[in-house]
Amino acid sequence: MRKMKESKTKKTIIKLENVWKIYTMGHVEVPALRGLDIEIKEGEFVALMGPSGSGKSTSMNMVGCLDIPTKGRIFLAGKNISHMTESELAQIRGRKIGFIFQQFNLIPTLTALENVALPMIFQNTTKEQRMERAEELLNLVGLGDRINHKPSEMSGGQQQRVAIARSLANDPDVILADEPTGNLDSKTGDSVIDFLTNLHITKGKTIIMVTHDAHVAESAERIELLKDGRIVSTKKGKHHKKHE
Amino acid sequence: MLIDYLKLAVNNLLKRRMRSWLTLIGIFIGIAAVVSLIGLGEGLRIAISSQFNMLGTDTITIQASGVQYGPPGTGVVTPLKQDYVDKIANVDGVDFAIGRLLKTSKVEFNDRATFTVAGSMPSGQHRGDIEERINLKADQGRLLRDGDKYKVLMGSKYDEDDKVFGKLVKVGDTVLIQGKAFEVVGIAKNLGNFLMDYAVIVNEDDMRDIFNDKDTTSIIMVMVKKGADMNNVKEDIEKLLRKERDVKEGEEDFTVELSINAIKTLESTLFAVQLFVYIIAGISIVVGGIGIMNTMYTAVVERTKEIGILKSIGARNEDIFLLFFIESGLLGFSGGLAGAIIGVILAKTLAFIGAMQLGTDLIHADIAWWLITGALSFSFLIGCVAGITPAWRASRLHPVDALRYAK
Repeated sequence: MRKMKESKTKKTIIKLENVWKIYTMGHVEVPALRGLDIEIKEGEFVALMGPSGSGKSTSMNMVGCLDIPTKGRIFLAGKNISHMTESELAQIRGRKIGFIFQQFNLIPTLTALENVALPMIFQNTTKEQRMERAEELLNLVGLGDRINHKPSEMSGGQQQRVAIARSLANDPDVILADEPTGNLDSKTGDSVIDFLTNLHITKGKTIIMVTHDAHVAESAERIELLKDGRIVSTKKGKHHKKHE
Repeated sequence: MLIDYLKLAVNNLLKRRMRSWLTLIGIFIGIAAVVSLIGLGEGLRIAISSQFNMLGTDTITIQASGVQYGPPGTGVVTPLKQDYVDKIANVDGVDFAIGRLLKTSKVEFNDRATFTVAGSMPSGQHRGDIEERINLKADQGRLLRDGDKYKVLMGSKYDEDDKVFGKLVKVGDTVLIQGKAFEVVGIAKNLGNFLMDYAVIVNEDDMRDIFNDKDTTSIIMVMVKKGADMNNVKEDIEKLLRKERDVKEGEEDFTVELSINAIKTLESTLFAVQLFVYIIAGISIVVGGIGIMNTMYTAVVERTKEIGILKSIGARNEDIFLLFFIESGLLGFSGGLAGAIIGVILAKTLAFIGAMQLGTDLIHADIAWWLITGALSFSFLIGCVAGITPAWRASRLHPVDALRYAK
């Protein structure tokens, strides 16, 4: 497996083929995606960049199996998910995708430990396994001493690290980060990006990051620039050069 | 997994403690009312039935009844005659019959007067029959005997309640009944019957004396022989009395009642009362259910974003449904539990106060297990039913829209 990832013929983990998403607002049809084609290989670190209204969020919803396209096909690990039911999608994203959001999106009533353990409940993991893994992950993100804190008792950077730990709970292939630094100061933001880069390098996770921040996007191997619901250009990021 | 959902639900309910409690009130009041009132009613029913059973199911009671024409108070009751007693005693299947006089009389003591029921005691062997039937015992002094002249047995209350005469009546005191002096020979044991415990009992001859009543009687108790058909005996007595009193069938100015029917009447009355309580409590519980539904809808709107998050990290529609459904059921169940506990305490307290006030063990709460388990399951069920549509709505939320939802 490890060998395969390193070889030139990497497996495709996510592929979008001519994906359209059209929202109907009143009687007007507003296309958010107009024939988006994108292919992401296992272990890649890709940034989706673009100004607001470019279809960034919609494409992230598609990639993250949160929504299905109006037209076109989406493959996740070779499986066509374009016509799956919501519950099937939920199962797939629970196992294959870890989300990191701009707003951290932790459950305010739960402690850091419980938040990290939460995705595992929906995959029928035993309580012992859950607690052990959650604690391990919180140690990994350097919050081993904060496991019983509620989100309101933590700083933004700490909350985002809890969210990163949560995204790793079910050991997904793909980490999907939506403006992960958007609510953080630049120093904290940088440390979050460093952490993601580190995950990419050491654990071989596929990382897809949606951002409008060119500086942040530079950390990725590949930057896909979106405009009007379509990829307009592809370039390599600094990180890619650094590690080649 | 269900356990985890239950924990999450408890967590959510505790987070909004005030609202949870307010939501519970409807269910809570309903269940508390059902448990306490049904418990008390059940206790009362058992107690009264046992009192009647003591009286026996082989008894027939005859009383004169008024036929009222015109405005209230103008009705005339033709009293029963004393000579019916011997005639009834000769009816087939009758073991013996006893007539008793029960009259409202003026009783004076310590320069104060009260009006109460005076009851007569027959002489001879029937005295013992009556004493046994109504469980009459002396608490102080003695019971009346044949040959007692102007002697009285006072009800138990005269030894417990000094408000009647300003002081308690003791054995050896003299009281005036209808202006005539009577010597108190005994105080009866508490019978747990309000009327009987405030009554005064004198020998039949004295009673006829002071009321100048030679030939009437108020109530005739008929004991039926073992094995005789109660209904036949009853019909024969009715036939006899119709002839004696010269009335047509269907226009009787008297009632002949089997004690077993009295029990049935009593039970059906109690049942009606209980039914009424059930209905009132049912309304309260349904209103409580609507309250739960409202709270759950609010919770779904409030937690829209949370639902989005849960869905993004892998919760399926059915998981979201279960989460809210369990929370709602739990709300109902907690209301039921609190209601049941308060209901039991209330019933026991009321029974205790009642017993203290009346000095009787007649009123006691009988909380059956079926009552508690029924109340709990019903409140849980109401909570679940109330939670179905909110939980369904929560489960159908689109993850993208839910995630985008701003508080």
